[in-house]
Amino acid sequence: MEFFPASFSIFYQFGNAFAFLVISCAGLAVIFGMMGIINLAHGEFIMCGAYVTASTARAGLPLPLAILCGTLTAALVGMVLERTIIRHLYHRPLDSIIATWGISLIATQAVLILLGPTMSGTGTPLGSMEVGERSYSIYRLALFASAVGLLGGLYLLFYRTRFGVIARATIQRPEMARALGVDTRRVYGLTFGLGAGLAGLAGGLYAPTMTMVPTMGATFIVESFVTVVVGGADIFVGAAPAAAILAVIKAALTAWYGQLFGQIGLLVAVIVVIRVMPGGLSAFIKRWQR
Amino acid sequence: MKKNPNRHLMTAMLISTCIAALPALAQDGPIKIGVLEDQSGDFAAATNVKVHAIELATKEINDAGGIDGRTIELVIYDTQSDNRRYQEFMRRVLQQDQVDVVFAGFSSASREAYRPIVNQFDGLAFYNNQYEGGVCDANMIVTGAVPEQQFSTLIPWMMEEYGPNVYTLAADYNFGQISAEWVRQIVDEQGGNMVGEEFIPLGVSQFSQTIQNIQESDADFVVTLLVGAAQASYYEQANSSNVDLPMASSVNVGQGYEHKRFTPPSLAQMHVTTNYIEEIDTPASNDFVERFRAMFPDEPYINQEAANSYIGINLYKQMVERAGSTDHDEIRAVLGEGDVCFDGPSGNVCLDPQSQHMSHTIYLAKVEEDHSISFPEVWENIEPYWLGDAGCDLTQNDPSAQYTPSNPPPAQ
Repeated sequence: MEFFPASFSIFYQFGNAFAFLVISCAGLAVIFGMMGIINLAHGEFIMCGAYVTASTARAGLPLPLAILCGTLTAALVGMVLERTIIRHLYHRPLDSIIATWGISLIATQAVLILLGPTMSGTGTPLGSMEVGERSYSIYRLALFASAVGLLGGLYLLFYRTRFGVIARATIQRPEMARALGVDTRRVYGLTFGLGAGLAGLAGGLYAPTMTMVPTMGATFIVESFVTVVVGGADIFVGAAPAAAILAVIKAALTAWYGQLFGQIGLLVAVIVVIRVMPGGLSAFIKRWQR
Repeated sequence: MKKNPNRHLMTAMLISTCIAALPALAQDGPIKIGVLEDQSGDFAAATNVKVHAIELATKEINDAGGIDGRTIELVIYDTQSDNRRYQEFMRRVLQQDQVDVVFAGFSSASREAYRPIVNQFDGLAFYNNQYEGGVCDANMIVTGAVPEQQFSTLIPWMMEEYGPNVYTLAADYNFGQISAEWVRQIVDEQGGNMVGEEFIPLGVSQFSQTIQNIQESDADFVVTLLVGAAQASYYEQANSSNVDLPMASSVNVGQGYEHKRFTPPSLAQMHVTTNYIEEIDTPASNDFVERFRAMFPDEPYINQEAANSYIGINLYKQMVERAGSTDHDEIRAVLGEGDVCFDGPSGNVCLDPQSQHMSHTIYLAKVEEDHSISFPEVWENIEPYWLGDAGCDLTQNDPSAQYTPSNPPPAQ
């Protein structure tokens, strides 16, 4: 096999796994990292984004706009839920797990009853390209670019904007932020909305490649939780490198031993990480930096 | 507080007497049919329609005077695509609801989960799904198609049409593993060549590595035995990577109507052997579709399991009427006469006394570029012969086991 096609194939498989991990975990990582809430309804926000994206795209909207619609709808739903339910559970992490799990069950069943067991999706755009003897889906490369863009965008948002400064201040020292005149409740609401919106974005981006069913969120859950657990509380020094490392593990094991071992590899990685560095990669890296 | 142990004993005795007395009392009441199907969860898309088919058959029979003058009463539980629910509800319908017969199960994992319970309480269950074959159990009547009906027709046809190199992609549980074994064996018998075989855990939705493996092999066609909504993402992803190989399957289209749900042409060149789908253009089929849609106007698709469930109820009616009783032994005695047949939506079908499986007319459904269906081949009246040939004879003894080509019944 030629060198370029072979290395492109490896890059493609890695990029594909990396994109899936980053995109599916971003919303979860923001909500967990910034607010300490473990959002078990994460998959249902993804499903919400995917359903809105698919239905608006089928109604004739161009796909990027449809994805935007899905993202905004999920963000809006997230903010409403934060206002009505999550807000009252900020200092009760276990209760918030139960509450978000309940939301997820209700959402799945409600969609099943209202919209039926399945919905027609939209086809994958952009077609395929040939490298060497194999053909690759161009949309998959676009997903990789989106994952990188997503990390860059979040970095800019949290480290280069006023909202980012206030949000980080609120997370680190809520009392101090309040004393300086920050409306921390509003910041929490916006942050939860951001996390839900990112989940919606994940749904929107993957909607054209997947089957649209009420339980589709569940297929993202394992990967996103694994990434957040391995990464720890910080999305940039945690989730992003965790996604890169896990993508290598998953892509390599899947390539050599098949899908089952790819899955096993991910879970073994989590067990090892929890045992060796309980705070995840981010706590480990931060301690090492000091 | 100390309880009197005798009191418990007496309660238990009282309950057991009541239970023993119930069937006798119920003889002239309605005939109760338990229905355990997945109305939510991963498999719901393919199985909601089975419940509707049973409701349609029940309504038609009740409107025409019931079974031997007794109306049918359905006891329906949603098993949520969860094997534990099957066990829980199977106990409930057999012990608490005291049903006369149960119609249950979509995935083979769920069937194997509930089958020991049916055996334990000596119940009677209809399994109305196509599956990997081999269940030799007197408590089970199977109306779904089996590998000798679906693969012995499909694989040789595909090899003749497209070439001898086969790649199998199968769901990683008993259905996928055993079906893949069948494919392997038939390909071997026909002088073909397995260029790849891959098992995918249920719930996996990302296939880029698998797609690459297929492209690297010299496959002439791909056998897709993928199950559940997550795995169905394969077709869209393979299409967007331009795999462009013919596909063959025993589960797609006929169960999950993927050709209706996905954007063309992601399912183009899919070939499926099925005993029924709503596109079959015969007077009996069109009539069935019309009656179905009159009762359920919003039904997304009428699949082979719907037809099998409908046929199952009607076969049960016939056997009860001929036996003059809902007693399982008497019903099986009627089945043993070997002429329990029904002229239904998929043509004439008969139950085989040795295996308690059903004969089928098998249609080869081919999905075209625009996702319309054509039928390049029809095999009339294929018997479920494998179990009988291999030595399963339920008229003689009841091993209550599942056999596979590599694990056939022990020689008598």
